[in-house]
Amino acid sequence: MTETSLKLDRVSKAFGTVKVLHDIDLDVQKGEFVVFVGPSGCGKSTLLRVIAGLEDATSGTVEIAGQRVNTVPPAKRGIAMVFQSYALYPHLNVADNMTLGLKQEGASKSMITERLAEAVRILNLDPYLIRRPAELSGGQRQRVAIGRAIVRQPQLFLFDEPLSNLDAALRMNTRIEIAQLHRTLGTTMIYVTHDQTEAMTLADRIVVLRDGRVEQVGSPMELYNNPANRFVAGFLGAPAMNFLTPPDDAPDGAELGIRPEDLRLDPEGALQGTVTHVERLGGDTNIVVQTRPEEMATIRVFGQHPARVGDTVGLAYDPAKSFLFAPDGRRLR
Amino acid sequence: MSTARSHPLNTAAAHAALIIYTLIALFPVFVIVVNSFKARKAIFREPLALPDAESFSLIGYQTVMKQGDFFGYFQNSMIVTVVALFFILLFGAMAAFALAEYRFKGNTLMGLYLALGIMIPIRIGTVAILQMMVATGLVNTLWALILVYTAQGLPLAVFILSEFMRQVSDDLKNAGRIDGLSEYAIFFRLVLPLVRPAMATVAVFNMIPIWNDLWFPLILAPAEEVKTLTLGSQVFIGQFVTDWNAVLSALSLAILPVMVLYVIFSRQLIRGITSGAVK
Ligand SMILES: Nc1ncnc2c1ncn2[C@@H]1O[C@H](COP(=O)(O)OP(=O)(O)O)[C@@H](O)[C@H]1O
Ligand SMILES: [Mg+2]
Repeated sequence: MTETSLKLDRVSKAFGTVKVLHDIDLDVQKGEFVVFVGPSGCGKSTLLRVIAGLEDATSGTVEIAGQRVNTVPPAKRGIAMVFQSYALYPHLNVADNMTLGLKQEGASKSMITERLAEAVRILNLDPYLIRRPAELSGGQRQRVAIGRAIVRQPQLFLFDEPLSNLDAALRMNTRIEIAQLHRTLGTTMIYVTHDQTEAMTLADRIVVLRDGRVEQVGSPMELYNNPANRFVAGFLGAPAMNFLTPPDDAPDGAELGIRPEDLRLDPEGALQGTVTHVERLGGDTNIVVQTRPEEMATIRVFGQHPARVGDTVGLAYDPAKSFLFAPDGRRLR
Repeated sequence: MSTARSHPLNTAAAHAALIIYTLIALFPVFVIVVNSFKARKAIFREPLALPDAESFSLIGYQTVMKQGDFFGYFQNSMIVTVVALFFILLFGAMAAFALAEYRFKGNTLMGLYLALGIMIPIRIGTVAILQMMVATGLVNTLWALILVYTAQGLPLAVFILSEFMRQVSDDLKNAGRIDGLSEYAIFFRLVLPLVRPAMATVAVFNMIPIWNDLWFPLILAPAEEVKTLTLGSQVFIGQFVTDWNAVLSALSLAILPVMVLYVIFSRQLIRGITSGAVK
């Protein structure tokens, strides 16, 4: 039987009269890696802060490991959090940064030393222990912040956009490290990001949020292959899904959704247009085609392709791999 | 590299302007200190001359030491200034933290109310203050001065410090909360060290008016044993004769502690003025 690590029951949050979260329900199993994803300002951080106890929920209940924690202070919730801005204590060195929480809990010296050594080993932080945060690079700071979380051995890790301040190469490495960390520790992790690539690559389950509401919950491939609505369909996947004018038999105002990799170049295809832009990535090629005056379609072709701007091309697709969305965003097919 | 800013001519002009300004600013101080070491006649004959073997005299300093309890005055000024600064910084920072950190009803209104004192000079309330001090029996105590100066310094302190505290990262404070720091620990151990430059700025801006004030010592604490240095020095300025040697010597001595405090705060002060932001 699986244990529930985190349970949210109709959690709402309002700042004054502005409602930021609307009746969020969620069950997270022990050991799961759950990613909250959504555009900026949709309430991801607020939800994470409610779980951490840094904000009070306006209504609804938060349970961690079966305990209702609405009135429990953050330090006693068995959580650890990693922030986008690292939030290291500037006047403490790396070792003190990592052990402050344990000292506050009144842990024994031997336990502190042991936990610190363990975290330092996992993250290779040995050379930096007596440095101040100001003497570290961004990537190193983020590892220390992650180390500070590991040392506490929480039941629940919370990450708030931990990779946003890193450059692209470092972001990918750290992403892999976080995934490995999850495998090593097996602890439940909640991870917030606005980046759909991070969500797709890290998550066991993704929670898509928009304007403080849950749009859909599911594994990355479930959401990708079976989006509940136009928003989820458009948010996941890069390049994004094409939304095109559907064939004549479709209901009024409906939109046809086709992923770029599900379109193929075919002179006899149902859509005809002119190439307006080509992105050559080496491994694959994105071709942007103008199919109607106000309509662009992106096709993703594997490998390199000789298409040039101005070429006239035809596009074909398999209707079984296309979606149909109602004007209000609901999925019709 | 000769960008507009680092061109040698521009640099020279900037330095010339700064040097001239420094000379003008330091000139009165220079005249006071130099003349405090001269005999009375020499002061008036050649006010700008340096003391030489003939005109050198310590008569002013001797008068100051003999007349009244000069070290007592000194001590009073020091106590009043340091204690008032301590209270201004402590209570100012606490109020600023509450205004910057917590959402509560009337937060903005409270901020405005606390900042009102910046625009209203406290001397307008002198009569009421005197009545209060009489009623509480604080007249002729150093506490009377300390309380008044604390009240006088708080508005600007709250205003400046809350602005700086708003810039301290929320994530940092939240990290502290998750690590189990109490709100007091977050205030004293995380936030205060980060706004130290702003605290130094507030300290220096408050220190000099308090040290130099004549008004409140004269009204609230004129008794011999609680006289401040500024008030104590007034005995040398008479209606008919003024003992210039003594006045200049007393003023020269009064500069010293301010300079010491300034040196203590100045590094932080410069950071506070130039950075204007807390990372
Ligand atoms: N302390 C606050 N006071 C008022 N509004 C806030 C506060 N924190 C966040 N908000 C608002 O809540 C919404 C969600 O913010 P946030 O959770 O930070 O979004 P995200 O992390 O998804 O980008 C935003 O519209 C933001 O303006
Ligand atoms: Mg956020």
